[in-house]
Amino acid sequence: MKIFKLLPALALITAISFTSCTPKDADIKASVEKSLKDNPATAGVLVMVNDGVATLSGEVTDDAAKAESATKAGAVKGVKSVVNNTTTPAPMVAPVVVSPDDALNSSVKDATKDFPTVMASVVDGVVTLTGSITKASLPKLMMGLSSLHPKKIDNQLTVK
Amino acid sequence: MALQDKYMTLTEAATAAGVSNLQVREQDGIMYLDGTAPSGAVKDQLWNKYGELDPNFSSGDLVMNINVAMDASVTKVKVMTDSSNLNIRKGPGTDQPIVGKAAHGETITLVSKSNDQWWLVRTDDGEEGYAYARYLSAE
Repeated sequence: MKIFKLLPALALITAISFTSCTPKDADIKASVEKSLKDNPATAGVLVMVNDGVATLSGEVTDDAAKAESATKAGAVKGVKSVVNNTTTPAPMVAPVVVSPDDALNSSVKDATKDFPTVMASVVDGVVTLTGSITKASLPKLMMGLSSLHPKKIDNQLTVK
Repeated sequence: MALQDKYMTLTEAATAAGVSNLQVREQDGIMYLDGTAPSGAVKDQLWNKYGELDPNFSSGDLVMNINVAMDASVTKVKVMTDSSNLNIRKGPGTDQPIVGKAAHGETITLVSKSNDQWWLVRTDDGEEGYAYARYLSAE
């Protein structure tokens, strides 16, 4: 029966001994930060550690750096798991380049030459179509004009 | 973003059909869809889809520039006019003098692609000049 009385004390001792050989969150945080400092790509990652769970945040240069952050953090002693909230910058979107009117004027002339019922004008990159066209020929005309890098095709054609 | 919603099924179809370098951009109320289709059939399929979403292409809110991928090793192209001969011109432009003609259905040599619209070609008779690329297709 004595053993049962001792159980809470045993549990307490066990808990204390486990705590003492597990690094504290603050120490883990410092170790993770140290390991991420080695690479400039991951040096800016923000680290938080709570009960051995390391949460990473902030922006890294690319996906490789993101993966490396998680791998390095996971390898640090005392880290039970890693939550990787680091982000990568959104890909750069190049602005749409519209052909200058001079170039567009001559290329539109070429593209509409074989559609004698179609009139085309170019102003500030906008190609305005007037006149008429058959339903069957319309996609061909539009395909041709769309490849000339216009700002817009204002199609006012009567489709027969 | 409303435009990208309107044409979402088009963008999805392009992705599903394997269009490479696909770019979807929106600028000043117009959507620009650019990419390279693996075949002419895929390009036609996407234009059909576009025609369903915007009958007669009359909204003026999309510029769809889909090229067809062409193997760099292609040296022979076929004249794809409706029925007439294809003009071969001294320079790239319809204002340039005509230096020769290629018959409808004839296969001619592709010398180089000067730009997207005009290709430098040579007929079997040795006539060399620029022809409008819309009427040429890879053998």
